[in-house]
Amino acid sequence: MWLSRRDYWLKAALTVIAWSSAFIVLVIIAFLISESIPAIQQEGIAAFFGDRAWYPAEGEFNLTPMLWGTLFVCAGAVVITVPLGIVSAVFIHYFAPSFIRVPYRRMIELLAGIPSVVYGFWGVVVLVPMILTFSPPGTSLLAGIIVLTLMTLPTIALAADQSISSVRRHYEPVAAALAFSRATLVLQVILPAAKGGLVTGSILQTARALGETMAVLMVCGNVVQIPQNLFEPMRALTANIALEMAYAMDVHRSALFVSGLLLMILVSFLVLISDRVERSSHVS
Amino acid sequence: MSHSAFPLTRFRDYALLFVSWTAAGLIVFFFLWIVADVLWSGLPSLSWSFLTTTPEDAGRSGGISSIIIATLMILAVCLVVALPLALGSAIYLAEFMRQDGRAVSVIRRSLDVLAGVPSIVIGLFGNAFFAIALGMGFSILSGGLTLACMVLPILIRMTEEGLRSLPQSVRLNCAALGLSKWTMIFSVLLPAAMPAIAAGLILGIGRAIAETAALIFTSGYVDRMPESIMDSGRALSVHIYDLSMNVPGGDQNAYASATVLVLMLLMINFTVMLISRKYKPQQE
Repeated sequence: MWLSRRDYWLKAALTVIAWSSAFIVLVIIAFLISESIPAIQQEGIAAFFGDRAWYPAEGEFNLTPMLWGTLFVCAGAVVITVPLGIVSAVFIHYFAPSFIRVPYRRMIELLAGIPSVVYGFWGVVVLVPMILTFSPPGTSLLAGIIVLTLMTLPTIALAADQSISSVRRHYEPVAAALAFSRATLVLQVILPAAKGGLVTGSILQTARALGETMAVLMVCGNVVQIPQNLFEPMRALTANIALEMAYAMDVHRSALFVSGLLLMILVSFLVLISDRVERSSHVS
Repeated sequence: MSHSAFPLTRFRDYALLFVSWTAAGLIVFFFLWIVADVLWSGLPSLSWSFLTTTPEDAGRSGGISSIIIATLMILAVCLVVALPLALGSAIYLAEFMRQDGRAVSVIRRSLDVLAGVPSIVIGLFGNAFFAIALGMGFSILSGGLTLACMVLPILIRMTEEGLRSLPQSVRLNCAALGLSKWTMIFSVLLPAAMPAIAAGLILGIGRAIAETAALIFTSGYVDRMPESIMDSGRALSVHIYDLSMNVPGGDQNAYASATVLVLMLLMINFTVMLISRKYKPQQE
């Protein structure tokens, strides 16, 4: 198609706009790095993993308890939410009668739209007092895992729903001709065929769980320690930023940017892996 | 193909049936629990005066009028900035680029990473960049711009998908008529893709008003009525967080505010549903 003068300018303008949208992520990374430099220069990278503890006022910046906290709460949620989400999608496609399927799917969509602060609030007023009755203090790793599970479940259920939809038409006629039973169809044909989408969805959910702030901030108790069991309070990296950013100065503030940078690296890594999985599953 | 084509014959068919119904039952149970809890305790304290008076006594009494106004102003700033950027980028990606090219994959990859950046990290960036480096301070402007970075990838993706789902024949017909790119885009493609764009826009709005972590350190905590976009303003989600965590005795108003937020999101979801239901059959 030929480009008139006006088209030429349109194309030039759109090029600038598109590249500046793509550029934002670089600006974010650049700012995180430049704000992190003072702490890294003054303390050295090793300090963030080797200091005695996290006492920013005394110049001790050990991030590891919070890193473990983040990993525990995230792993706990992902371990529950991935199978549950996939089973929920199997339910939608293979077991739900049609009068249940439609409202059920709509409900999952609604759940996906509920803000994390509302899940966190529910955790504070309902869940934490319940856990408190059998194991004080109530605010705990367990509460964090439950709230985070509920939060991430709808998105993973929707993603699994979509990847199953996309393979059904392809495989079902043959499976029907072979007189497969329903469980054989689901477990040995459909789920393996949908694996690419399921894996990408799970990785993206893990990234989202790692970066989730409000829910873990509100229900985990925010004590800086590596939790020894499910009922102990803990603090996640994200919660640490949210709690201390309000008054942090100088090196302390810069140390918070270091933890932000750490999160950013973890998450971008997961996103790029899921991109790769997605593309390789399209090729095959 | 209906799932009844696949019979339930063996033990594992019934096992899967049982597992999937149990999982779905569990999900429905928690959904009803959360939503019912919030609405049950929140609806009774909703009233016209709650929506039209300003908070008093740190939010324990009074209403949320200034909070709602601040939320809407943040949202407006966010959309005014994000929408043109998103439309421009999406048009560029869908209509001006070779789809298998390297540039497309670079832009798309960096938008994927941007979509995955944890909201608290975007908040850190917004604080360092908009609030401090650009000197906007804790203001509605900083908050709105920070949110714009967050919703941009969603808006771009939805618009791009909308454009891409239009049949290629439309473009060929435009070329055959000798229309310029400009005319084709603004008079043919964009109007045709409008339902998808509207759905994306509403989804982005949903994401934006649900956001908390990115706003705490950009638009701030001040609960007075904002007078301009340079004032600090407290978003509804931040209000819920603050009432439930930092204000003893704030639970009742937190419930009422959470109810307002959930009702807003239910309305948004419902609108998306109506739009996509109304336009989907015509597209295919």
